[in-house]
Amino acid sequence: MTVAQEKNPPVKLPNEPAITPQIVAEHGLAPDEYERLLKIMGRDPTMVELGIFSAMWSEHCSYKSSKVWLKKLPTKAPWVIQGPGENAGVIDIGDGQAAIFKMESHNHPSYIEPYQGAATGVGGILRDVFTMGARPVANLNALRFGDPKHAKTRHLVSGVVAGIAGYGNCMGIPTVGGETNFHAAYNGNILVNAMTVGVAATDKIFYAAAAGIGNPMVYVGSKTGRDGIHGATMSSTEFNEDSESKRPTVQVGDPFVEKLLLEACLELMATDAIIAIQDMGAAGLTSSSFEMAAKGGLGLVMELDKVPMRETGMNPYELMLSESQERMLIVLKPGREDEARKIFEKWELDFAVIGHLTDTERMVLTWHGDVVGNIPIPPLVTEAPMYERPWTLTPPPPELDAATVPVPTDWKASLLTLMSCPDLASKAWIWHQYDHLIMGNTAIRPQGGDAALVRVPGAPKAASHKGLAMTSDCTPRYVQAHPETGGRQAVAEAWRNITAVGARPLAVTDNMNFGNPQKPEIMGQFAGAIMGMAEACTALDFPVVSGNVSLYNETEGRPILPTPTIGAVGVIDDIATSAGSRVSQSGLALVLIGETKGWLGQSIYLRELHGREEGAPPPVDLAVERRNGDFVRGEIVGRRVHACHDLSDGGLLVALAEMCLSGGTGACIKLPASDVAPHAYLYGEDQGRYLIATDDGPALVEAARKAGVPAVLLGYSGGPDISVDGLLTLPLQELRDAHESWLPGYMNSAA
Amino acid sequence: MKAAVLVFPGSNREGDVAQAIELVTGRRPQMVWHGDGDFEKVDLIVVPGGFSYGDYLRCGAMAAQSPVMAEVKKRAAQGVPVLGICNGFQIVTEAGLLPGTLMRNSHLKFVCADVHLRVETSQSLFTNRYQAGQVIKVPVAHAEGNYFADADTMKRLEDRGQIAFRYCGPDGSIVDGRGNPNGSSSNIAGVFNDTKTVLGLMPHPENAVEPMFGGTDGKALFEGMVEALS
Repeated sequence: MTVAQEKNPPVKLPNEPAITPQIVAEHGLAPDEYERLLKIMGRDPTMVELGIFSAMWSEHCSYKSSKVWLKKLPTKAPWVIQGPGENAGVIDIGDGQAAIFKMESHNHPSYIEPYQGAATGVGGILRDVFTMGARPVANLNALRFGDPKHAKTRHLVSGVVAGIAGYGNCMGIPTVGGETNFHAAYNGNILVNAMTVGVAATDKIFYAAAAGIGNPMVYVGSKTGRDGIHGATMSSTEFNEDSESKRPTVQVGDPFVEKLLLEACLELMATDAIIAIQDMGAAGLTSSSFEMAAKGGLGLVMELDKVPMRETGMNPYELMLSESQERMLIVLKPGREDEARKIFEKWELDFAVIGHLTDTERMVLTWHGDVVGNIPIPPLVTEAPMYERPWTLTPPPPELDAATVPVPTDWKASLLTLMSCPDLASKAWIWHQYDHLIMGNTAIRPQGGDAALVRVPGAPKAASHKGLAMTSDCTPRYVQAHPETGGRQAVAEAWRNITAVGARPLAVTDNMNFGNPQKPEIMGQFAGAIMGMAEACTALDFPVVSGNVSLYNETEGRPILPTPTIGAVGVIDDIATSAGSRVSQSGLALVLIGETKGWLGQSIYLRELHGREEGAPPPVDLAVERRNGDFVRGEIVGRRVHACHDLSDGGLLVALAEMCLSGGTGACIKLPASDVAPHAYLYGEDQGRYLIATDDGPALVEAARKAGVPAVLLGYSGGPDISVDGLLTLPLQELRDAHESWLPGYMNSAA
Repeated sequence: MKAAVLVFPGSNREGDVAQAIELVTGRRPQMVWHGDGDFEKVDLIVVPGGFSYGDYLRCGAMAAQSPVMAEVKKRAAQGVPVLGICNGFQIVTEAGLLPGTLMRNSHLKFVCADVHLRVETSQSLFTNRYQAGQVIKVPVAHAEGNYFADADTMKRLEDRGQIAFRYCGPDGSIVDGRGNPNGSSSNIAGVFNDTKTVLGLMPHPENAVEPMFGGTDGKALFEGMVEALS
């Protein structure tokens, strides 16, 4: 097929301004990008055409700065059904079932209007998953806020959490996991990364590629209003002091309508009437229609006056660029319109045939019979700007000299300080606002284990319960210090967390949050993180199947910490063989798996107790990671493990404290004889380690020895205290009070 | 026991309660769409949790006016048992099948957590498998569960034994506020109508019927109904 020629130029709308360099700049197009546009069009664009190019070529939609790097990530494995490029990634989880998942950012909108920004972030990622035919079974979220002392932080935490809760709870999808961190680098740019995991039959997965000349294009869902116009463009620039005035570019969500849309779409998907389906996310009708036609190698005609409108007086420009929520575009088989219409009318949703597919490979837009836009589709994709931006790798930082890190003068105080610091304090105030139990499948809840664990609905009714494990991880301070190591570590930690509940890690979704890519050092952070991630994903057979990039997270020149959030999914054949992290009985042996060198560089201990963010992050040996993890997983599914927790922020003692607090049982350990100083042993953040509670400690140590895995018996659970022989004895209740009171106290204190 | 579970636009725990009923009876309940004014004769009608009509206007207020609720009211008057859970409790209360009202949680936030409940009476078709005074652990998940009734109504509820469940401490103690997730009057978690054929409760016994998925303390509620209604 070739692109048809344009016969007549489109008509200009009344009051349509002439395109000036200023209007082009306001649309976020660089002068050379506008030259490309003129070459493709062969004439001046109309306003609606300019708007379409602006949206499609925005960083947010085109990945123009990141694409060359994203290609370096491994995306294939025998269990991968669909890698990056569709609405979400798809993996085979056995029994004819697939897990469909993705993580996506809604950073810029959430800073400007936290409740709606976060809510529509959840709404958007849910649509990405159910548009592919999956019923969502779980949500997670990774949040980064500024310094708790910053004037806006409390307001942002409160709004973002309420927004996520408001949307997810109403949708009836459990929010089962996530992470929340605080750092001054996020003062002007918070991160809201939302992840949805859904389940579908492997033979009932829906894609976006349109097919069948003449087939009807159907609009379903909410009406289109004037909200969110230019959302994609707004998200592709740095913030400045005027950013708050961009509030009208934030969309407004209605989870009730999305719930209806979910049920209506799944009902229609149970028939065979759908050829292709695509949700309207960033850049709304523009990107959804464009992607469907481009992927199908077809053209289309859309009669914009037929789009259901919320307000009077809307024009084609607004209709094409609105980011009103809860809308879908569907290509139906011919003659199936009435059947589909009945379903959407039952659910009281709008349904309108707004166009049809053509063989012209052009997007033709009409308004009351007049052509108002006419764009050749393939060149907009093939000629899209793609940048190999200059990049400078972050030089490896010098290793921290451990001798410069003081031993705590008061051991009790050191543990209390760590367990109540913003990053490590209990986040129960947050997750109690999320319905994490709806659907009745939640086996491991927040704080109950390293990964959330949810039963797979619809699996064959055997005696066992198949489960999906999921987690989200990143340690931004490591990435900042050395992006390659940080990227490697983020993937390894996600893999470790899935492993620590007994599940097999299968695949990853990545959410790359960075600063301004036009600065070589920021692009270098991106490049470094990708290199590290690619290496880890390859070594751990942990391919990337979906993802999202959020750049320009800067305010007045100050970038965020580079934050490549890793969302991961694994599977376990029988939930009865899983392990949580609660030490809930006395007399269990506590065995440390993995080698402890006492790495204090970039540790939470160094930052929280000594105010230093220094040194190199802990190295990640992927072969060791795999060896240790495979051993631990085998012990868990062999039912020889009572509880398991990976060692991450805060190291051994923080992990032990968390296990004891969640299970309500104390513990007593003694450090083995070693060259490592006690504070480095207890608070160092060496990678590839787990703490296991088991009935038979010596047997576990012996099994580890046979597998070539370092293991040492440290002590036993029991009693009302946490104690480390010769160093500290701390009543669990005192620790609990400190751990659980920080966040509620902070949120309830006067602004 | 033949059961019907109502489905409104925005219901979202209908699957959970259907799963619990199926687990106990071996039979899938009938799912009844809100627009259907009439449905098959059943032994029990369940009004499930969720956000019917988005909970816009006021929780349960719009669902209470739907055609299917007119039929539910008719059947309830004939003595057909009705179980309203969470949003279902709000709906049956708005429909006038139960006294009192459910206000916004006192702390103004949604809360999802396991709570302890004290079973106040075993003398009902819903609670006959429990002992009076027994403490059970089941989850709540709501933003508007703060039960309120005027003083006369509260006295009547107490005098006639119409209080089904109270929030309590793990040992069953009822100390003001402790263990109460929403600020409800007298720690009320669930109430009966005066014939004890209608039960409304905020907690979700349907999410506590399997050992690996939230425990089994809610299962006896369904087993008790099966025993009474089969």
